[in-house]
Amino acid sequence: MSMPFYVSPEQLMKDRADFARKGIARGRSVVAVQYADGILFVSENPSQALHKVSEIYDRVAFAAVGRYNEFENLRIAGVRLADMRGYAYDRRDVTGRGLANAYAQTLGTIFSSGGEKPYEVELFVAEVGDMADQDSVYRLTYDGQVADEHRYAVMGGVTDQVVAHLQEHYQEGAALEDALRVAVQALGRANDDKAVVTPRVIPSEHLEVAVLDRTRTRPRKFLRLRGARLVALLGERGPETPDAVEPEGGYATSAPQEPLPEDPADPTDQVSGGVPPLEDPVTGEPPVAPPQQPPHP
Amino acid sequence: MNDSRLPAAFLAPGSSSFSDFLSAQAPDLLPSRRAVPPGNAADLAPHGTTIVAATFPGGVLMAGDRRATMGNIIAQRDIQKVFPADEYSAVGIAGSAGLAVEMVRLFQTELEHYEKIEGITLSMDGKANRLAALIRANLGLAMQGLAVVPLFAGYDLSIEQGRIFSYDVTGGRYEEQAFHSVGSGSLFARGSLKKLYRDDFSETDCATAAVQALYDAADDDSATGGPDLARRIFPIVHVITGDGGRRLDEDEVADIADRVIAGRMSRPDGPAAGLT
Repeated sequence: MSMPFYVSPEQLMKDRADFARKGIARGRSVVAVQYADGILFVSENPSQALHKVSEIYDRVAFAAVGRYNEFENLRIAGVRLADMRGYAYDRRDVTGRGLANAYAQTLGTIFSSGGEKPYEVELFVAEVGDMADQDSVYRLTYDGQVADEHRYAVMGGVTDQVVAHLQEHYQEGAALEDALRVAVQALGRANDDKAVVTPRVIPSEHLEVAVLDRTRTRPRKFLRLRGARLVALLGERGPETPDAVEPEGGYATSAPQEPLPEDPADPTDQVSGGVPPLEDPVTGEPPVAPPQQPPHP
Repeated sequence: MNDSRLPAAFLAPGSSSFSDFLSAQAPDLLPSRRAVPPGNAADLAPHGTTIVAATFPGGVLMAGDRRATMGNIIAQRDIQKVFPADEYSAVGIAGSAGLAVEMVRLFQTELEHYEKIEGITLSMDGKANRLAALIRANLGLAMQGLAVVPLFAGYDLSIEQGRIFSYDVTGGRYEEQAFHSVGSGSLFARGSLKKLYRDDFSETDCATAAVQALYDAADDDSATGGPDLARRIFPIVHVITGDGGRRLDEDEVADIADRVIAGRMSRPDGPAAGLT
């Protein structure tokens, strides 16, 4: 029997943390901003179907970055927990704090248990109150730490430039349009090189925007902003530049990329590899077999 | 929420149905899982009475009287028996009131849960079938006198018109045309609607016809409450169109009810329908 190498607990935790952090940094950022009527979430997400920001309950929303399958699992668990609690008690009894606690315990247990891979996710759990000072945003990290965020918060991807922009331009009690504009501009700086600052204008169809709006009359305060409504809120922004880099690195938080055109002649072609395609990429015809010697009688 | 890790079942992929999840995780919360000792329990709890629903071009509405009875006693004069199930549908309940209200809450959560998990709403038929499943699960209690018979109405966005579904206690689901009524006064309400209904109704006309029908039901059925003029308690009317659902304001319904009552002062049996 072979003896396992001794690994100090510090090293073990550090390795696990590095692993999780690396996975999270591959994704694009999500920004949560408090504005006059509630809380605004903005993320760059080319997919219209795979959401990073979702409704959990009447006043509670969820946003995540990292591995889609892992945070989707957590989201569904949150919806189940909230619905069950709301059904067993009352709708008012579902709180963001309770949900954040449940997530923190789950993430923390998984992180420190040796048997499981740590979740490569970072979450926001936000709750909107009747007044602005009752709003709360909790940030949960892969190891189960909870932080109570105020004014604005950023997670995932390259956050330094985004935070710097928000720090400079964030205004307390701003209207929705202003808060949205600042948040989108901040996200446009996410992939900046440290030296060169070239803010991008993210196309509106690549933005996932949602609010928890306390002024909505119905009990469910969560609302996605998209289409014409979003374009109108964004106003005139100049020419749009879609994100050229694909930072997700196989972690499908974005839509699958369009396959590159096949080039069987190119040995570096990633689509067909070195193997000739089964059919002609232009005509769609099966390849003609090389002529064979007719069998001699 | 207890301060421990989320149970594995919460994180397991699977059903988007809240009642399925509940029956696996907390079956005691389901209204149909109550064990009732043998015997008839019908007289133990209040009963809700008459609900009517009718379609009009561009929508559908549902109205219910406000009375709950327990034998010869009026248990409550202002009970709510018509509830929004989601944005585009409403459910009205007749039968054992306590169970019915709980079932409506379960049904509302069921629809919302599906919507949040799947990201889209159920189709109109899907909603109607889910409600049928909930009623079917209640058959045991129904046979002991605690029946719940709902009426379900909603606006079907895919065909852009209002639809009405009725149920029996075994979970049978029947689509109704134009109008329908359930509850103890339903015979009288349906007879009244038969004579009053036109298929070119406006929203207000349709609401007036529904209030007339409830008045007729209250006229002949002791368990159905008529408009309470002294306390200003009037039927609940829930209107659903392509823009979503809304409960008509107290004032709007009061206006309609006042007009109906004014007409009945001169003709107590209500408006006369033509002979041919």
